[in-house]
Amino acid sequence: MCAMVVIADIDKHFGNFQALSKVSLEIEQGEVLCIIGPSGSGKSTLLRCINQLERIDAGAIWIEDELVGFRQEGNRLYELTEPQIARQRLASGMVFQRFNLFAHMTVLENIIEGPVVVQKRPKSAVVPEALALLDQVGLRDKRDAYPSELSGGQQQRIAIARALAMKPKLMLFDEPTSALDPELVSDVLNVMRDLARSGMTMVVVTHELGFAREVAHRVVFMDQGRIVESGPPQQLLSHPTEKRTQDFIAAVLS
Amino acid sequence: MVKPESGAGVAAGKYSIAHLTHQPRRHYGRWLAATLIVIALAMIVKAFAQGQIAWPVVGQFFTAPAIISGLWNTILMTICAMALGLVLGVIFAIMIMSPNPVLKYVAVFYIWFFRGTPLLLQLLLWFNLALIFPTLGIPGLFEMRTVDFMTPFMATLLGLGINQGAYTAEVVRGGILSVDNGQIEAAKVIGMTRLTMLRRIILPQAMRVIIPPVGNEVISMVKLTSVASVIQYSEILRNAQAVYYANNRVMELLIVSAIWYLVVVTVLSIGQHLLEKYYSRSEGRRGAKRVQAAAAEGA
Repeated sequence: MCAMVVIADIDKHFGNFQALSKVSLEIEQGEVLCIIGPSGSGKSTLLRCINQLERIDAGAIWIEDELVGFRQEGNRLYELTEPQIARQRLASGMVFQRFNLFAHMTVLENIIEGPVVVQKRPKSAVVPEALALLDQVGLRDKRDAYPSELSGGQQQRIAIARALAMKPKLMLFDEPTSALDPELVSDVLNVMRDLARSGMTMVVVTHELGFAREVAHRVVFMDQGRIVESGPPQQLLSHPTEKRTQDFIAAVLS
Repeated sequence: MVKPESGAGVAAGKYSIAHLTHQPRRHYGRWLAATLIVIALAMIVKAFAQGQIAWPVVGQFFTAPAIISGLWNTILMTICAMALGLVLGVIFAIMIMSPNPVLKYVAVFYIWFFRGTPLLLQLLLWFNLALIFPTLGIPGLFEMRTVDFMTPFMATLLGLGINQGAYTAEVVRGGILSVDNGQIEAAKVIGMTRLTMLRRIILPQAMRVIIPPVGNEVISMVKLTSVASVIQYSEILRNAQAVYYANNRVMELLIVSAIWYLVVVTVLSIGQHLLEKYYSRSEGRRGAKRVQAAAAEGA
């Protein structure tokens, strides 16, 4: 296995608030990494730095050995242009807490939008792939529905299909089940479990400790913008070494 | 309290009046108001019927060449000025939301100036531009006399279009602000550049908010074109005036114009209704759902 993503000493501030400080992390090809932690711990920010929804203030990130967001010239890192950043974002697919399906497009239009408009692939090739993805998430019969006609669980599965349609190298999930009614969570987790088994590299910010325990190869616990502890799920979730991790897990499970 | 097994038990004794027929309340006030309005209307109709209006003249000039060509010019100007207004509106809305302070404050100034001065004054400014700039052009590239360029058509187009752009910019800005930030992030993560995002995601969604007020503004633009009669643009009102200066049938020709304005505005209103329906097609059951959700929260 080789490192798919390398995060080295990144900082991120929002005004005076230090969201991330000196965070370093490596993610292997095919690894499923779950990030847990209290709200405001910086876990979503870390995820958003990987695909440049947030610009890092210091440090560097590489995806498959390509420096993300900057180019090196001498002893400085120069920020890339907007089209270059847009191209780099294609490496990762992202699933949001609030789904963010394009409200004015049908399910099928949502899925083919990126491949057709951004990747300029022919519609005739993209549509069969999109239908196969709809089969994969179990929602083929919803191809002509608008997002507003779907439940949260269905919208989130479509959002996963939309991200996969871009054929990303890794998938980022930002609390994908936090906005769902409890009975809809398992549908989404099932799709994610299948995806993990297929060998996709996944970074999942989540509160679903059961999912982390079952599917993750490694779990990272973050607090106050730092990685406190990381390790295999059995160890980190059952026998955490740090006091803060113990407290958090006890609070979530109670 | 004893709960009765069936309704039959209750509707006995003093409760037996439950069987009686209900008599709805009578709305005497409504009858009175309707009667007064009908009388007033009848008087107005009678006045017009007895007034010295030569209705055959109205019919005769309704499709006269001067009127029809004026109507055509009114429609043409509405389309051109509105198109210019929309293009400028989108450009200035984007400028005013730009992080670049120069772009932003130029747009702020534009909106301030053109919303702050009367349209009639702006038309006169454009039409008389030759008084301060005898020639127009880019030095060394091309040059022309301002009076040749600033025809009544051009002055009206610039006046109405640029003025409209200032109003439309605010409408477009409101529409863009109404688009959820999550939609923009979703567009970013599938690799869209800002221009693609604007074209494919933001503007189509902003349309739902932009269409109703712009529809209203198209309708008021039809009527605003009549202001251009003062700078000799041959729209319908000016042509009607030209006719009545010749034949003295002032009221008849004004009525002809009024009817044509009503026809155009009615057609546009229907078109606006259809457009609104089209752009809200993805709303689906969301409206109903929101009401339900609000009700559930309130409970």
